[in-house]
Parts: sequence; structure tokens; C-alpha cells
Amino acid sequence: MSFQLAVFYAFALILVFAALRVITARNPVHASLFLVLAFVTAAGLWMLLEAEFLAITLVLVYVGAVMVLFLFVVMMLDINIDRIREGYWEYLVPALVVAGTMLAEMTLLLVGRSLRLEGMPAPAAKAETYSNTKELGRLIYTQYVYAFEIASVILLVAIVAAIALTMRRRKDSKYQDPARQVVVRRADRVRIVAMKSEKPAAPAAPASEQAAP
Amino acid sequence: MIPLTHYLVLGAILFAISVVGIFLNKKNVIILLMAIELMLLAVNTNFIAFSHYLQDTSGQIFVFFILTVAAAESAIGLAILVVLFRTIRSINVEDIGRLKN
Repeated sequence: MSFQLAVFYAFALILVFAALRVITARNPVHASLFLVLAFVTAAGLWMLLEAEFLAITLVLVYVGAVMVLFLFVVMMLDINIDRIREGYWEYLVPALVVAGTMLAEMTLLLVGRSLRLEGMPAPAAKAETYSNTKELGRLIYTQYVYAFEIASVILLVAIVAAIALTMRRRKDSKYQDPARQVVVRRADRVRIVAMKSEKPAAPAAPASEQAAP
Repeated sequence: MIPLTHYLVLGAILFAISVVGIFLNKKNVIILLMAIELMLLAVNTNFIAFSHYLQDTSGQIFVFFILTVAAAESAIGLAILVVLFRTIRSINVEDIGRLKN
């Protein structure tokens, strides 16, 4: 067994274990932490497949941003675990039947002789000067540039949607509304009252003035 | 060297595990989202494995876009979850029946 194969088996075992713990963990915080482990292990596997840029992206984007968001939400919400775990194993048998059938079908197809995947030769190692990131960048900005633009718009939509969904106005906070400030007119603020001029009131007697305060 | 089949079977196992997870965690929306992320990870692993063995970088471009869309999807999903929790004080799927009748 070569070193690469040993590394693959170790990573695959950790990945399957982490995935199993994600779906069975009682506490959602544990589930998201195991999902972090699964992503990091998968990044290792992708590194074995010489997809360095995507492996780093997986760690940066998923572990660094998405999983932190997950943890943030999980810890912010007050979840009644006992109630949510009621009847947890209820659908275990149908789940195992469906998943087992899918797995058996795919394995039959992949391991079987029909596709002849076994005969697919592993590619030779790339030259030392080969840059995966450079190659990806070249493809993204030439052949797939429209898809790239659409992806950026999708991200923008996600930003706007997430903010618009969760933003709320507090009732007790004070804020200025520039639109209302601009449209205000003099009549809204100042009222001119027509009245006769008045004499100031006569000064009170000195004695009562001293007593007044 | 590692045969291509190994990676594909690993992807299949991962996908099957997340299907089981969706069945088991039918009440917990957060774990459902996590199971979907696991499914996407399995698919991405298949894409990268094929891209490596077929010597075609386009597969990695697809993974790049899948990652983008998945990140956007989970961000919006979690935002909806937060709004839902604010409204009904629960994330249990059984409590989400407001549109009934």
C-alpha cells in the first residue's frame, strides 16, 4: 500500500465518521463542529487530487465563513432539544432502505466492469511550475466569464436577501430620516399667531418678591 | 496510486449518509441544512475526482460555482431560519403549519 493510499483511507475514515456524527449528534453545536471536521478532511482529500485552490477555498469559505455563520445561528437560537429529538429513530428503517439501495446501485455501477473505471489511468504528476490557481483563473476569466459574472450577482442577491430578511426596526431607537427632513416645509414647524402687543406686567411689590423664592 | 473508484464510492457513501440524515432529522431545520451541505460536498468530491483523472480543469470550475451557490443558499436559509424563530419561537418543522387552511 502506497503512502497516498494510506492517507486516502485515513482521511476517508475520518470523513465518514464525521459525517455520521453530524447527522446523529444530539446537540446542534456538536453537529456543526463535526461538519467543520468533515470539511477540513474533505479539503485534505481534494489536496490529494491536486485541486489546491479549491481545497484552500473550502477551508476559507466553508470553515471560515459558512460554518461560523451556522455556529452563530445555532448558539443564538434557543432550541428545545428534547422536543426536537422526539421520534428521532422513527424513520430509521425506510432511511436505511433508501440510502442502502442508492449506495448499492452506485457501487454496483462504479465498481462493476461496465464503466471500466478501474482501467482509467491515474494522470502523471504535474510539473513543478504548474499552478492550479493560475489554470483555474485562466479558465474562469476566459471560457466561463459569463458564469462568473452570474455567480457574483448571485452572491450580491444573497447579501441583499439576508440583510433584508433579518433587519428590523427597533421601536425605541431614535434615527433621522433624511427624506422626511428634506420634504419638511416652514408651515410644519412654525406657526405665526396674530395678536396684539402686550405691556409687560407691572413689577410686584418688593416684599412679596423677596418672599416668592 | 489511488484508483478513481475509491473517490467515487466515498462520494456515494457520503451522499447516502446525508440522505439518512435528512430522514432522521426531519424536525430540525438546522441539521437538515447541514445534511444538504454534506450532499454538496459529496458531489463536489466526485467532480474534482473526475476532473483530476480526466485531466480537465472545467470540473473544478463547476465546483467553484457550486461552492458559491451553496454559500449563498446557506446564508439565505439561515436568515429565513432566524426570522422564523423570531416569529414562532421554534425551529421545529412540526410547528411550521401556518399556511395550512
